[in-house]
Amino acid sequence: MAFGPHLLLATLEGLVTSAVLALMALGLSLVFGVMRVVNVAHGEFFMLGAVLAWAVTATLGGNPAIGFLAALVISPLIVGAVALLAEQLVLKRLNYNPEATIVATIGLLYIIQQLALTFYGPDARPVAAPFNYRISLPWFGYSGYKLSIIGASAILLIATWFVLTRTRIGLVMRATQYDSETAQAFGIPVERVYAGVFALGAMLAAVAAVLIVPISQAHYLMGLDPLLLSFIVVIIGGLGSLRGTVVAALLIGVSDGVISVFFSPTLAKIIATLVVAMVLVFRPQGLFGTARR
Amino acid sequence: MSSFIRKSITRRTALKGFGAAAGLVAGPGFVRYSQAQSSEPIRIGFQAHRTGIGASYGRWYERTTNAAVKAINAAGGINGRQVEIIVEDDGTDPGRGAEVVGKFANQHKVDVAFGTLFSHVVIGSAPAAGENKLPYYVVSEGHHVASTKLNRYVFQPGITDVKSQIQAMAPWIASNAGKKVTQIFPDFAFGYDHRDYLPPALKAQGADVIAQIAIPPTESSFTKYFPQIPADTDVIYHVMVGPAVLTFVKELGEFYGSNRPQLFGFIDSLEAVDVNSPGLEFLEGSHFWEGSPRYAQPDDSDAQKAYRAAVGIDDNGASVDDPKDISTAAHMFGCWETLYVIKKAMEDSGYQGRDDAAKLVEATEALTEFAEGPEHPQGPKIFNGKIHQCFGIQNISKLEGGRLNVVHKTSIEDGMYEPEGDYTTQPL
Repeated sequence: MAFGPHLLLATLEGLVTSAVLALMALGLSLVFGVMRVVNVAHGEFFMLGAVLAWAVTATLGGNPAIGFLAALVISPLIVGAVALLAEQLVLKRLNYNPEATIVATIGLLYIIQQLALTFYGPDARPVAAPFNYRISLPWFGYSGYKLSIIGASAILLIATWFVLTRTRIGLVMRATQYDSETAQAFGIPVERVYAGVFALGAMLAAVAAVLIVPISQAHYLMGLDPLLLSFIVVIIGGLGSLRGTVVAALLIGVSDGVISVFFSPTLAKIIATLVVAMVLVFRPQGLFGTARR
Repeated sequence: MSSFIRKSITRRTALKGFGAAAGLVAGPGFVRYSQAQSSEPIRIGFQAHRTGIGASYGRWYERTTNAAVKAINAAGGINGRQVEIIVEDDGTDPGRGAEVVGKFANQHKVDVAFGTLFSHVVIGSAPAAGENKLPYYVVSEGHHVASTKLNRYVFQPGITDVKSQIQAMAPWIASNAGKKVTQIFPDFAFGYDHRDYLPPALKAQGADVIAQIAIPPTESSFTKYFPQIPADTDVIYHVMVGPAVLTFVKELGEFYGSNRPQLFGFIDSLEAVDVNSPGLEFLEGSHFWEGSPRYAQPDDSDAQKAYRAAVGIDDNGASVDDPKDISTAAHMFGCWETLYVIKKAMEDSGYQGRDDAAKLVEATEALTEFAEGPEHPQGPKIFNGKIHQCFGIQNISKLEGGRLNVVHKTSIEDGMYEPEGDYTTQPL
């Protein structure tokens, strides 16, 4: 294949990865930014989102588009409820202690994963895409659905940005992130904000999973790779920074796409990890993060 | 009971005795060693891929195994003893696999271990079987057993190996599909068998492998690999495994559309996947290797029909209970046949308990052929005791009208090759 089309394919693949990664990493970043909780179970919320998407579409049957749209609504809601429950039962009882919550979310990771294995089983199950349209380019074909993921992700990111910066809820969240004690002193129900943010973070992961599942199938171990990539994105972009997360997701996703197409997927992972190491050494707060006060 | 023997005789003296017995077993006119029959069940440790990337295979291997054991027990068991299966999950992981084999030998104290599919797990587990002197019958189709690089306790009597499969099918590929072949295979042992044996087999037929693309077995997205396929490729030869096989085939379809090269695949790329899944329409007209056909064929033998009914698969190769639950028919027959080989070897050696392990190994090595029939429904087989590997017929099926129809059957001789070594010279 000639260089031009080859690069186009690489970029498209990279953009799809970026789109999903940005949503998922944003959830991780929000939870850390507001709550100072490193949520190791974030990947399992992603997996749960995909598994529930399968369950919803399999139960509804009928037109794949209707099943998919239903999954896009129902799956994140259930995942959000699960996250809320975990927050109330576990994180709150640990007073959001940073070390204790890491251990607790590792435990949560295993519990969710094993429950999925027990009730959903070890198979990879497909979810039909809402539409099957193949875009025929002169050099190769590309899935129209994959392109639509990029659009859907952009819309969701803009919506999140709007909520965070233009609404009262967003103001409260930002106030809690800025200084939770002062926020509490001004009458902000910090614990309720925490609960809401944790659920929102998990829902973003679930939405990302519903978007990706028609092209990669639901499997109980699918949470691990995206979790690692999300951590990479969040570290590079700066924890708690929406802009940093999106930029880092684009950087990691597109470079992953280009490097894996032209060289090898393993090299892409090696370089991403190297970038993380460099960022940690030279700019520990991330490209767009502000230093901790 | 076996522990009675173990208490009174040490392993060392027992081995000396077996050495002497070995000569007797091999010689004609061997008189069966008679001993008070035990009523304890024969315990077979089943190393199953219940979880991990081999889980779909594992589930069907388990169903086939249970069906075969039910049939064996209904017909009186082995040496008058019932057969009991002890299942351990290896997570499709080589490290865990070795632990499972050790657990079979030392904790469950099974008579033989059996059933492993994924080649990296077989390779990881084989040393544990050798160290524990536990006969280990795998159903893997990798070439590692026949390469004689494992050890004397590892057998593959129920399914042919990749080298043999490739050699048998190469003439058909070269004369029917095309001369310039690009290979796509998983980046681990099983894939390397394809990588190493296809090029020479095609070369002998005047065809060439022009590119080889290795893909990590845990990969979930494949489009990024497809630009490596050269534009002048006549045939894409694909063999993928793991949970993402459906994605692989779908993305291949999106990449090429209707204007695709010929496709020749190992059914592994679609094992446990419905060929009528949305996005797979472009596969229509392509060809697949099948160990045993997934769809019922017009010329199926009575044995094949009885086997399918016993395992519980319908004419489409799906579970009779759930038409969406597609079997791994091309491989799982190997479990059925291997259990009957274990039965035959145990009967030939008058197997009583773990102390007869060496006798069982030699009795298995002494087997030469398996006739087609209820015990070997896939077809007749020739067994080479020196390399612990069977040879059989291969099926090439064409995907047409949403089902796989067998269009070519190879002969056993097509897949025979010179042995690369001899396990029987290794000490027991």
